[in-house]
Amino acid sequence: MTVQEESAAAPGGTGQPLVRLTGVQKHYGNLHVLKDIELDVARGEVVVVIGPSGAGKSTLCRAINRLETIDEGDIFLDGQPLPQEGKALARLRADVGMVFQSFNLFAHKTVLENVTLGPIKVRKKSKAEADKRGKELLDRVGVGHQAGKYPAQLSGGQQQRVAIARALAMDPKVMLFDEPTSALDPEMIKEVLDVMVDLAERGMTMIVVTHEMGFARTAANRVVFMADGAIVETADPETFFTNPESDRAKDFLGKILKH
Amino acid sequence: MDVVWEHREAIALAFAYTVLLFLIAGVGSTILGTLLAGMRVGPIPVLRWAGAGYVTLVRNTPLVIVIIFFRYAAPKIDLKFNFIDVVIPTGAGDIRLNNIFAACTVGLTMYTAAFVCEALRSGINAVPLGQAEAARAVGMPFGGVMRHVVLPQAFRASIPPLANVQIALIKNTTVAGALGVAEAFVRMRGLINIDATARIPIFIAFAAIFVVLVEIISFAAHRLERRVRVA
Ligand SMILES: Nc1ncnc2c1ncn2[C@@H]1O[C@H](COP(=O)(O)OP(=O)(O)O)[C@@H](O)[C@H]1O
Ligand SMILES: [Mg+2]
Repeated sequence: MTVQEESAAAPGGTGQPLVRLTGVQKHYGNLHVLKDIELDVARGEVVVVIGPSGAGKSTLCRAINRLETIDEGDIFLDGQPLPQEGKALARLRADVGMVFQSFNLFAHKTVLENVTLGPIKVRKKSKAEADKRGKELLDRVGVGHQAGKYPAQLSGGQQQRVAIARALAMDPKVMLFDEPTSALDPEMIKEVLDVMVDLAERGMTMIVVTHEMGFARTAANRVVFMADGAIVETADPETFFTNPESDRAKDFLGKILKH
Repeated sequence: MDVVWEHREAIALAFAYTVLLFLIAGVGSTILGTLLAGMRVGPIPVLRWAGAGYVTLVRNTPLVIVIIFFRYAAPKIDLKFNFIDVVIPTGAGDIRLNNIFAACTVGLTMYTAAFVCEALRSGINAVPLGQAEAARAVGMPFGGVMRHVVLPQAFRASIPPLANVQIALIKNTTVAGALGVAEAFVRMRGLINIDATARIPIFIAFAAIFVVLVEIISFAAHRLERRVRVA
Protein backbone atom coordinates (compact mmCIF):
# COMPACT_ATOMS: atom_id res chain seq x y z
CA MET A 1 0.00 0.00 0.00
CA THR A 2 1.37 3.35 -0.95
CA VAL A 3 1.26 6.46 1.16
CA GLN A 4 -0.87 8.14 -1.45
CA GLU A 5 -3.60 5.54 -1.19
CA GLU A 6 -3.62 5.84 2.53
CA SER A 7 -4.19 9.56 2.54
CA ALA A 8 -6.91 9.25 -0.09
CA ALA A 9 -8.80 6.82 2.12
CA ALA A 10 -8.50 8.90 5.26
CA PRO A 11 -11.57 11.01 6.02
CA GLY A 12 -10.81 14.68 5.94
CA GLY A 13 -7.85 14.11 3.66
CA THR A 14 -7.21 17.02 1.40
CA GLY A 15 -6.82 15.07 -1.82
CA GLN A 16 -10.48 14.27 -2.29
CA PRO A 17 -13.46 16.46 -3.11
CA LEU A 18 -15.49 17.66 -0.14
CA VAL A 19 -18.74 16.88 -1.93
CA ARG A 20 -18.97 14.18 -4.57
CA LEU A 21 -22.03 13.08 -6.49
CA THR A 22 -21.71 10.10 -8.81
CA GLY A 23 -24.39 8.61 -11.01
CA VAL A 24 -27.19 10.27 -9.04
CA GLN A 25 -30.68 9.54 -10.34
CA LYS A 26 -33.99 10.66 -8.94
CA HIS A 27 -37.56 10.40 -10.15
CA TYR A 28 -40.79 11.96 -8.99
CA GLY A 29 -43.19 9.41 -10.41
CA ASN A 30 -42.59 9.55 -14.15
CA LEU A 31 -40.57 12.72 -13.96
CA HIS A 32 -36.83 12.09 -14.16
CA VAL A 33 -35.75 15.03 -12.04
CA LEU A 34 -32.04 14.25 -11.59
CA LYS A 35 -30.36 12.55 -14.53
CA ASP A 36 -27.04 10.84 -13.95
CA ILE A 37 -25.54 13.71 -11.98
CA GLU A 38 -21.73 13.77 -11.66
CA LEU A 39 -20.38 16.63 -9.58
CA ASP A 40 -17.27 17.14 -7.47
CA VAL A 41 -16.85 20.18 -5.28
CA ALA A 42 -13.40 20.77 -3.84
CA ARG A 43 -12.70 22.14 -0.39
CA GLY A 44 -13.02 25.92 -0.45
CA GLU A 45 -14.62 25.92 -3.88
CA VAL A 46 -17.66 28.05 -4.72
CA VAL A 47 -19.95 26.49 -7.29
CA VAL A 48 -22.89 28.36 -8.74
CA VAL A 49 -25.74 26.26 -10.09
CA ILE A 50 -27.83 28.01 -12.67
CA GLY A 51 -30.64 26.93 -14.94
CA PRO A 52 -34.29 27.37 -15.84
CA SER A 53 -37.07 26.81 -13.33
CA GLY A 54 -37.86 23.13 -12.94
CA ALA A 55 -34.34 22.08 -13.94
CA GLY A 56 -33.86 20.21 -10.66
CA LYS A 57 -31.56 22.69 -8.91
CA SER A 58 -33.48 22.66 -5.63
CA THR A 59 -33.76 18.90 -5.74
CA LEU A 60 -29.99 18.66 -6.20
CA CYS A 61 -29.36 20.90 -3.19
CA ARG A 62 -31.84 19.02 -1.06
CA ALA A 63 -30.36 15.69 -2.07
CA ILE A 64 -26.94 16.77 -0.77
CA ASN A 65 -28.20 17.00 2.80
CA ARG A 66 -30.74 14.29 2.17
CA LEU A 67 -33.86 16.35 2.63
CA GLU A 68 -34.70 14.36 -0.51
CA THR A 69 -33.72 10.75 -1.06
CA ILE A 70 -32.18 9.63 -4.32
CA ASP A 71 -33.05 6.51 -6.34
CA GLU A 72 -29.59 5.60 -7.55
CA GLY A 73 -26.00 6.74 -7.32
CA ASP A 74 -23.88 7.92 -4.43
CA ILE A 75 -23.30 11.16 -2.61
CA PHE A 76 -20.20 11.55 -0.47
CA LEU A 77 -19.45 14.27 2.01
CA ASP A 78 -15.84 14.49 3.04
CA GLY A 79 -15.27 10.97 1.75
CA GLN A 80 -18.17 9.47 3.69
CA PRO A 81 -21.33 8.22 1.97
CA LEU A 82 -24.51 9.95 3.14
CA PRO A 83 -26.08 7.92 5.93
CA GLN A 84 -29.56 6.54 5.28
CA GLU A 85 -31.26 7.86 8.40
CA GLY A 86 -31.18 8.27 12.15
CA LYS A 87 -28.42 9.80 14.27
CA ALA A 88 -25.72 9.52 11.60
CA LEU A 89 -27.88 11.40 9.12
CA ALA A 90 -28.63 14.12 11.67
CA ARG A 91 -24.88 14.45 12.28
CA LEU A 92 -24.25 14.81 8.56
CA ARG A 93 -26.89 17.50 8.26
CA ALA A 94 -25.26 19.39 11.11
CA ASP A 95 -22.14 19.62 8.92
CA VAL A 96 -24.05 20.93 5.91
CA GLY A 97 -25.44 24.43 6.23
CA MET A 98 -28.60 25.16 4.26
CA VAL A 99 -30.09 28.50 3.34
CA PHE A 100 -33.57 28.42 1.86
CA GLN A 101 -35.28 30.74 -0.56
CA SER A 102 -38.00 31.45 2.01
CA PHE A 103 -35.57 31.89 4.99
CA ASN A 104 -37.53 29.48 7.21
CA LEU A 105 -36.44 31.11 10.45
CA PHE A 106 -38.04 29.52 13.51
CA ALA A 107 -41.05 31.79 13.95
CA HIS A 108 -41.43 31.23 17.69
CA LYS A 109 -37.79 31.95 18.54
CA THR A 110 -35.93 35.24 18.76
CA VAL A 111 -33.21 36.00 16.26
CA LEU A 112 -30.52 34.98 18.75
CA GLU A 113 -32.39 31.81 19.70
CA ASN A 114 -32.63 30.94 16.03
CA VAL A 115 -28.87 31.01 15.82
CA THR A 116 -28.19 29.19 19.10
CA LEU A 117 -30.80 26.42 18.96
CA GLY A 118 -28.71 24.11 16.79
CA PRO A 119 -25.43 24.65 18.66
CA ILE A 120 -27.15 24.03 22.01
CA LYS A 121 -29.36 21.09 21.06
CA VAL A 122 -27.25 19.41 18.40
CA ARG A 123 -23.66 20.43 19.19
CA LYS A 124 -24.38 20.35 22.94
CA LYS A 125 -22.68 23.67 23.55
CA SER A 126 -23.42 25.61 26.71
CA LYS A 127 -25.91 28.43 26.39
CA ALA A 128 -23.30 31.02 27.30
CA GLU A 129 -20.90 29.74 24.67
CA ALA A 130 -23.63 29.52 22.03
CA ASP A 131 -24.88 33.03 22.86
CA LYS A 132 -21.42 34.49 22.57
CA ARG A 133 -20.73 32.90 19.21
CA GLY A 134 -24.28 33.62 18.05
CA LYS A 135 -23.87 37.32 18.77
CA GLU A 136 -20.54 37.39 16.95
CA LEU A 137 -22.14 35.83 13.88
CA LEU A 138 -25.14 38.16 14.00
CA ASP A 139 -22.74 41.10 14.17
CA ARG A 140 -20.80 39.69 11.26
CA VAL A 141 -23.92 39.55 9.06
CA GLY A 142 -24.98 42.98 10.32
CA VAL A 143 -28.06 42.15 12.40
CA GLY A 144 -26.47 42.09 15.86
CA HIS A 145 -28.75 44.86 17.13
CA GLN A 146 -31.85 42.79 16.22
CA ALA A 147 -30.90 39.81 18.39
CA GLY A 148 -33.90 40.08 20.70
CA LYS A 149 -36.52 40.48 17.99
CA TYR A 150 -38.69 37.83 16.38
CA PRO A 151 -38.24 36.95 12.69
CA ALA A 152 -41.58 38.49 11.71
CA GLN A 153 -40.28 41.88 12.91
CA LEU A 154 -37.37 41.81 10.44
CA SER A 155 -37.17 42.66 6.74
CA GLY A 156 -36.60 39.84 4.27
CA GLY A 157 -32.98 40.77 3.78
CA GLN A 158 -32.37 40.78 7.52
CA GLN A 159 -34.14 37.45 7.90
CA GLN A 160 -32.00 35.87 5.22
CA ARG A 161 -28.84 37.16 6.88
CA VAL A 162 -30.01 35.64 10.17
CA ALA A 163 -30.61 32.38 8.30
CA ILE A 164 -27.02 32.48 7.05
CA ALA A 165 -25.78 33.13 10.60
CA ARG A 166 -27.91 30.23 11.84
CA ALA A 167 -26.27 27.89 9.34
CA LEU A 168 -22.77 29.24 10.13
CA ALA A 169 -23.30 28.72 13.85
CA MET A 170 -23.07 24.98 13.24
CA ASP A 171 -19.55 25.38 11.80
CA PRO A 172 -20.57 23.58 8.61
CA LYS A 173 -18.10 22.05 6.20
CA VAL A 174 -20.15 23.21 3.24
CA MET A 175 -23.00 25.68 2.75
CA LEU A 176 -25.89 25.14 0.35
CA PHE A 177 -27.88 28.14 -0.85
CA ASP A 178 -31.11 27.57 -2.74
CA GLU A 179 -31.99 30.84 -4.49
CA PRO A 180 -31.26 32.86 -1.36
CA THR A 181 -32.20 36.20 -2.92
CA SER A 182 -35.15 35.19 -5.10
CA ALA A 183 -37.76 36.08 -2.48
CA LEU A 184 -36.19 39.47 -1.71
CA ASP A 185 -37.03 42.98 -2.84
CA PRO A 186 -34.30 44.32 -5.14
CA GLU A 187 -32.91 46.75 -2.58
CA MET A 188 -32.25 43.91 -0.15
CA ILE A 189 -30.50 41.56 -2.54
CA LYS A 190 -27.15 43.26 -2.25
CA GLU A 191 -26.96 43.08 1.55
CA VAL A 192 -27.39 39.31 1.37
CA LEU A 193 -25.01 38.86 -1.56
CA ASP A 194 -22.37 40.90 0.29
CA VAL A 195 -22.53 38.48 3.20
CA MET A 196 -22.19 35.56 0.79
CA VAL A 197 -19.23 37.10 -1.02
CA ASP A 198 -17.55 37.67 2.33
CA LEU A 199 -18.16 34.04 3.20
CA ALA A 200 -16.64 32.90 -0.07
CA GLU A 201 -13.60 35.06 0.52
CA ARG A 202 -13.11 33.44 3.91
CA GLY A 203 -12.78 30.11 2.15
CA MET A 204 -16.16 28.52 2.81
CA THR A 205 -17.11 25.72 0.44
CA MET A 206 -20.38 26.80 -1.14
CA ILE A 207 -22.94 25.45 -3.57
CA VAL A 208 -25.16 28.31 -4.59
CA VAL A 209 -28.27 28.12 -6.74
CA THR A 210 -28.71 31.65 -8.02
CA HIS A 211 -29.29 33.70 -11.12
CA GLU A 212 -27.26 36.58 -9.74
CA MET A 213 -24.53 36.90 -12.36
CA GLY A 214 -22.73 39.52 -10.35
CA PHE A 215 -22.27 37.07 -7.53
CA ALA A 216 -21.22 34.29 -9.89
CA ARG A 217 -18.61 36.50 -11.52
CA THR A 218 -17.26 37.85 -8.24
CA ALA A 219 -17.26 34.77 -6.06
CA ALA A 220 -17.73 31.59 -8.06
CA ASN A 221 -14.94 29.29 -9.18
CA ARG A 222 -17.26 27.38 -11.42
CA VAL A 223 -20.72 27.62 -12.94
CA VAL A 224 -22.80 24.49 -13.39
CA PHE A 225 -25.65 24.86 -15.85
CA MET A 226 -28.60 22.49 -15.35
CA ALA A 227 -31.59 21.87 -17.58
CA ASP A 228 -34.24 19.14 -17.49
CA GLY A 229 -32.58 17.36 -14.59
CA ALA A 230 -29.14 17.07 -16.16
CA ILE A 231 -25.90 19.00 -15.89
CA VAL A 232 -25.57 20.38 -19.39
CA GLU A 233 -22.43 22.43 -19.07
CA THR A 234 -19.74 23.32 -16.55
CA ALA A 235 -17.39 26.26 -17.00
CA ASP A 236 -15.65 29.07 -15.19
CA PRO A 237 -18.00 32.06 -14.79
CA GLU A 238 -16.36 34.31 -17.36
CA THR A 239 -16.43 31.63 -20.05
CA PHE A 240 -19.96 30.59 -19.20
CA PHE A 241 -21.47 34.05 -19.34
CA THR A 242 -19.56 35.32 -22.36
CA ASN A 243 -19.17 32.19 -24.41
CA PRO A 244 -21.51 29.36 -23.41
CA GLU A 245 -21.08 26.12 -25.30
CA SER A 246 -24.53 24.55 -25.35
CA ASP A 247 -27.57 25.87 -27.14
CA ARG A 248 -29.62 25.40 -23.96
CA ALA A 249 -27.28 27.70 -22.05
CA LYS A 250 -27.22 30.28 -24.86
CA ASP A 251 -30.98 30.25 -24.98
CA PHE A 252 -31.27 30.54 -21.20
CA LEU A 253 -28.72 33.36 -20.92
CA GLY A 254 -30.45 35.18 -23.74
CA LYS A 255 -33.64 35.12 -21.70
CA ILE A 256 -32.21 36.25 -18.38
CA LEU A 257 -30.03 38.94 -19.95
CA LYS A 258 -32.92 40.48 -21.82
CA HIS A 259 -34.69 41.84 -18.75
CA MET B 1 -82.37 25.50 47.38
CA ASP B 2 -82.31 24.13 50.95
CA VAL B 3 -81.60 20.60 49.87
CA VAL B 4 -78.56 21.81 47.93
CA TRP B 5 -77.19 23.76 50.88
CA GLU B 6 -77.89 20.95 53.29
CA HIS B 7 -75.85 18.56 51.22
CA ARG B 8 -73.11 20.99 50.26
CA GLU B 9 -70.36 18.81 51.67
CA ALA B 10 -71.54 15.74 49.80
CA ILE B 11 -71.82 17.82 46.65
CA ALA B 12 -68.32 19.17 47.14
CA LEU B 13 -67.10 15.62 47.58
CA ALA B 14 -68.85 14.57 44.39
CA PHE B 15 -67.26 17.42 42.47
CA ALA B 16 -63.92 16.42 43.94
CA TYR B 17 -64.33 13.13 42.07
CA THR B 18 -65.30 15.04 38.95
CA VAL B 19 -62.27 17.30 39.19
CA LEU B 20 -59.93 14.39 39.96
CA LEU B 21 -61.21 12.40 37.00
CA PHE B 22 -60.79 15.50 34.88
CA LEU B 23 -57.28 16.35 36.08
CA ILE B 24 -55.85 12.85 35.81
CA ALA B 25 -57.50 12.07 32.48
CA GLY B 26 -56.67 15.59 31.29
CA VAL B 27 -52.95 15.22 31.93
CA GLY B 28 -52.93 11.58 30.80
CA SER B 29 -54.78 12.29 27.56
CA THR B 30 -52.52 15.24 26.78
CA ILE B 31 -49.42 13.07 27.13
CA LEU B 32 -50.89 10.10 25.26
CA GLY B 33 -52.44 12.34 22.62
CA THR B 34 -49.10 14.10 22.02
CA LEU B 35 -47.38 10.74 21.57
CA LEU B 36 -50.12 9.63 19.17
CA ALA B 37 -49.80 12.85 17.19
CA GLY B 38 -46.03 12.31 17.04
CA MET B 39 -46.63 8.81 15.73
CA ARG B 40 -49.10 10.03 13.13
CA VAL B 41 -46.83 12.70 11.67
CA GLY B 42 -43.60 10.74 12.21
CA PRO B 43 -41.41 9.04 9.61
CA ILE B 44 -42.03 5.42 10.67
CA PRO B 45 -44.85 3.83 8.64
CA VAL B 46 -45.80 1.23 11.27
CA LEU B 47 -46.25 3.92 13.91
CA ARG B 48 -48.18 6.19 11.55
CA TRP B 49 -50.46 3.31 10.78
CA ALA B 50 -50.86 2.36 14.45
CA GLY B 51 -51.61 5.97 15.42
CA ALA B 52 -54.21 6.34 12.69
CA GLY B 53 -55.75 2.99 13.65
CA TYR B 54 -56.00 4.00 17.29
CA VAL B 55 -57.67 7.30 16.49
CA THR B 56 -60.12 5.74 14.05
CA LEU B 57 -61.09 3.03 16.50
CA VAL B 58 -61.34 5.05 19.69
CA ARG B 59 -62.73 8.28 18.32
CA ASN B 60 -65.55 6.50 16.54
CA THR B 61 -66.57 4.44 19.55
CA PRO B 62 -69.04 5.94 22.03
CA LEU B 63 -67.37 6.91 25.29
CA VAL B 64 -69.69 4.71 27.35
CA ILE B 65 -68.50 1.69 25.42
CA VAL B 66 -64.84 2.61 25.88
CA ILE B 67 -65.33 2.96 29.64
CA ILE B 68 -67.47 -0.18 29.90
CA PHE B 69 -64.65 -2.00 28.15
CA PHE B 70 -62.15 -1.07 30.85
CA ARG B 71 -64.67 -1.49 33.64
CA TYR B 72 -66.17 -4.87 32.67
CA ALA B 73 -64.46 -6.41 29.67
CA ALA B 74 -60.82 -5.69 30.40
CA PRO B 75 -60.78 -7.62 33.72
CA LYS B 76 -61.83 -10.72 31.73
CA ILE B 77 -58.59 -10.50 29.80
CA ASP B 78 -56.69 -9.90 33.02
CA LEU B 79 -56.41 -6.15 32.60
CA LYS B 80 -57.38 -5.27 36.15
CA PHE B 81 -56.82 -2.23 38.30
CA ASN B 82 -57.25 -4.00 41.63
CA PHE B 83 -53.85 -2.89 42.83
CA ILE B 84 -55.12 0.68 42.99
CA ASP B 85 -56.79 1.68 46.22
CA VAL B 86 -56.03 5.17 47.44
CA VAL B 87 -58.13 6.68 50.18
CA ILE B 88 -58.04 10.45 50.69
CA PRO B 89 -59.81 11.32 53.93
CA THR B 90 -61.70 14.64 53.95
CA GLY B 91 -64.01 16.35 56.43
CA ALA B 92 -66.99 15.27 54.36
CA GLY B 93 -65.95 11.66 54.05
CA ASP B 94 -63.34 9.63 52.21
CA ILE B 95 -62.46 10.04 48.57
CA ARG B 96 -61.76 6.54 47.40
CA LEU B 97 -59.72 5.98 44.27
CA ASN B 98 -60.21 2.28 43.62
CA ASN B 99 -60.23 -0.09 40.66
CA ILE B 100 -63.51 1.36 39.37
CA PHE B 101 -62.16 4.89 39.50
CA ALA B 102 -59.00 3.71 37.75
CA ALA B 103 -60.92 1.92 34.99
CA CYS B 104 -62.99 5.05 34.36
CA THR B 105 -59.89 7.25 34.36
CA VAL B 106 -58.13 4.99 31.90
CA GLY B 107 -61.22 4.90 29.67
CA LEU B 108 -61.57 8.69 29.75
CA THR B 109 -57.84 9.12 29.12
CA MET B 110 -57.75 6.79 26.14
CA TYR B 111 -60.92 8.23 24.65
CA THR B 112 -59.86 11.86 25.09
CA ALA B 113 -56.33 11.14 23.80
CA ALA B 114 -57.75 10.43 20.34
CA PHE B 115 -59.25 13.93 20.28
CA VAL B 116 -56.10 15.53 21.70
CA CYS B 117 -54.16 13.80 18.93
CA GLU B 118 -56.42 15.19 16.23
CA ALA B 119 -56.41 18.70 17.73
CA LEU B 120 -52.61 18.68 17.85
CA ARG B 121 -52.35 17.22 14.38
CA SER B 122 -54.42 20.03 12.95
CA GLY B 123 -52.03 22.41 14.71
CA ILE B 124 -49.01 20.55 13.37
CA ASN B 125 -50.39 20.73 9.85
CA ALA B 126 -50.75 24.48 10.30
CA VAL B 127 -46.98 24.83 10.88
CA PRO B 128 -45.29 25.53 7.52
CA LEU B 129 -43.21 22.61 6.24
CA GLY B 130 -40.17 24.89 5.96
CA GLN B 131 -39.96 25.09 9.76
CA ALA B 132 -39.38 21.37 10.12
CA GLU B 133 -37.02 21.32 7.15
CA ALA B 134 -34.91 24.12 8.61
CA ALA B 135 -34.72 22.21 11.90
CA ARG B 136 -33.72 19.01 10.12
CA ALA B 137 -31.16 20.98 8.15
CA VAL B 138 -29.36 22.05 11.34
CA GLY B 139 -29.09 18.40 12.27
CA MET B 140 -31.94 17.83 14.68
CA PRO B 141 -33.31 14.31 14.83
CA PHE B 142 -37.07 13.82 14.46
CA GLY B 143 -37.70 14.10 18.22
CA GLY B 144 -35.82 17.39 18.47
CA VAL B 145 -37.56 18.82 15.41
CA MET B 146 -40.90 18.08 17.00
CA ARG B 147 -40.00 19.16 20.54
CA HIS B 148 -38.14 22.37 19.80
CA VAL B 149 -39.67 23.65 16.59
CA VAL B 150 -42.92 22.06 15.42
CA LEU B 151 -44.82 21.31 18.62
CA PRO B 152 -44.31 24.70 20.29
CA GLN B 153 -45.82 26.35 17.22
CA ALA B 154 -48.44 23.66 16.71
CA PHE B 155 -49.41 23.87 20.36
CA ARG B 156 -50.27 27.52 20.04
CA ALA B 157 -52.49 26.90 17.03
CA SER B 158 -54.03 23.94 18.89
CA ILE B 159 -54.93 25.70 22.14
CA PRO B 160 -58.51 26.56 21.15
CA PRO B 161 -59.36 23.05 19.88
CA LEU B 162 -57.47 21.51 22.83
CA ALA B 163 -59.53 23.60 25.24
CA ASN B 164 -62.67 22.27 23.57
CA VAL B 165 -61.40 18.73 24.03
CA GLN B 166 -60.77 19.32 27.73
CA ILE B 167 -64.18 20.97 28.15
CA ALA B 168 -65.76 17.91 26.60
CA LEU B 169 -63.69 15.78 28.98
CA ILE B 170 -64.94 17.46 32.14
CA LYS B 171 -68.50 16.93 31.00
CA ASN B 172 -67.72 13.39 29.95
CA THR B 173 -66.62 12.56 33.49
CA THR B 174 -70.32 12.18 34.26
CA VAL B 175 -70.23 8.93 32.29
CA ALA B 176 -68.01 7.54 35.04
CA GLY B 177 -70.95 8.04 37.37
CA ALA B 178 -73.00 5.57 35.39
CA LEU B 179 -70.32 3.00 36.16
CA GLY B 180 -69.90 3.43 39.87
CA VAL B 181 -67.82 6.53 40.60
CA ALA B 182 -69.70 8.83 42.96
CA GLU B 183 -69.07 11.93 40.91
CA ALA B 184 -71.29 14.97 40.52
CA PHE B 185 -73.96 13.44 38.30
CA VAL B 186 -74.52 10.53 40.68
CA ARG B 187 -74.84 12.90 43.60
CA MET B 188 -77.34 15.00 41.66
CA ARG B 189 -79.52 11.97 41.03
CA GLY B 190 -79.20 11.06 44.69
CA LEU B 191 -80.37 14.47 45.82
CA ILE B 192 -83.29 14.43 43.44
CA ASN B 193 -84.30 11.11 44.97
CA ILE B 194 -84.18 12.66 48.44
CA ASP B 195 -86.26 15.65 47.46
CA ALA B 196 -88.02 15.38 44.12
CA THR B 197 -89.79 18.73 44.55
CA ALA B 198 -86.41 20.48 44.53
CA ARG B 199 -85.60 19.03 41.14
CA ILE B 200 -85.20 22.36 39.39
CA PRO B 201 -82.96 24.10 41.96
CA ILE B 202 -80.79 21.00 42.26
CA PHE B 203 -80.48 20.85 38.52
CA ILE B 204 -79.60 24.54 38.30
CA ALA B 205 -77.03 24.27 41.10
CA PHE B 206 -75.19 21.39 39.41
CA ALA B 207 -75.38 23.03 36.01
CA ALA B 208 -74.02 26.25 37.50
CA ILE B 209 -71.05 24.45 39.05
CA PHE B 210 -70.27 22.80 35.70
CA VAL B 211 -70.53 26.17 34.00
CA VAL B 212 -68.04 27.61 36.48
CA LEU B 213 -65.63 24.71 35.95
CA VAL B 214 -65.84 25.00 32.18
CA GLU B 215 -65.36 28.76 32.39
CA ILE B 216 -62.22 28.18 34.45
CA ILE B 217 -60.85 25.95 31.68
CA SER B 218 -61.75 28.51 29.02
CA PHE B 219 -60.13 31.28 31.02
CA ALA B 220 -56.96 29.24 31.52
CA ALA B 221 -56.84 28.46 27.81
CA HIS B 222 -57.21 32.13 27.00
CA ARG B 223 -54.40 33.10 29.31
CA LEU B 224 -52.19 30.37 27.90
CA GLU B 225 -52.88 31.46 24.35
CA ARG B 226 -51.87 35.01 25.20
CA ARG B 227 -48.72 33.86 26.94
CA VAL B 228 -47.41 31.71 24.11
CA ARG B 229 -48.31 34.23 21.43
CA VAL B 230 -45.60 34.67 18.83
CA ALA B 231 -44.45 38.25 18.71
N1 LIG C 1 -42.10 16.90 -4.09
C1 LIG C 1 -42.25 16.86 -5.43
N2 LIG C 1 -43.11 16.01 -6.01
C2 LIG C 1 -43.25 15.96 -7.35
N3 LIG C 1 -42.56 16.71 -8.20
C3 LIG C 1 -41.67 17.59 -7.70
C4 LIG C 1 -41.47 17.71 -6.29
N4 LIG C 1 -40.53 18.65 -6.06
C5 LIG C 1 -40.16 19.10 -7.28
N5 LIG C 1 -40.84 18.47 -8.26
C6 LIG C 1 -40.66 18.67 -9.69
O1 LIG C 1 -39.32 18.37 -10.00
C7 LIG C 1 -38.83 19.29 -10.96
C8 LIG C 1 -37.58 19.94 -10.45
O2 LIG C 1 -37.92 20.76 -9.35
P1 LIG C 1 -36.86 21.70 -8.63
O3 LIG C 1 -35.72 20.87 -8.17
O4 LIG C 1 -37.60 22.44 -7.58
O5 LIG C 1 -36.40 22.64 -9.79
P2 LIG C 1 -35.69 24.06 -9.72
O6 LIG C 1 -35.25 24.30 -8.32
O7 LIG C 1 -34.55 23.94 -10.67
O8 LIG C 1 -36.69 25.06 -10.19
C9 LIG C 1 -39.94 20.25 -11.27
O9 LIG C 1 -40.58 19.83 -12.46
C10 LIG C 1 -40.88 20.10 -10.10
O10 LIG C 1 -42.20 20.34 -10.49
MG1 LIG D 1 -35.81 25.80 -6.98
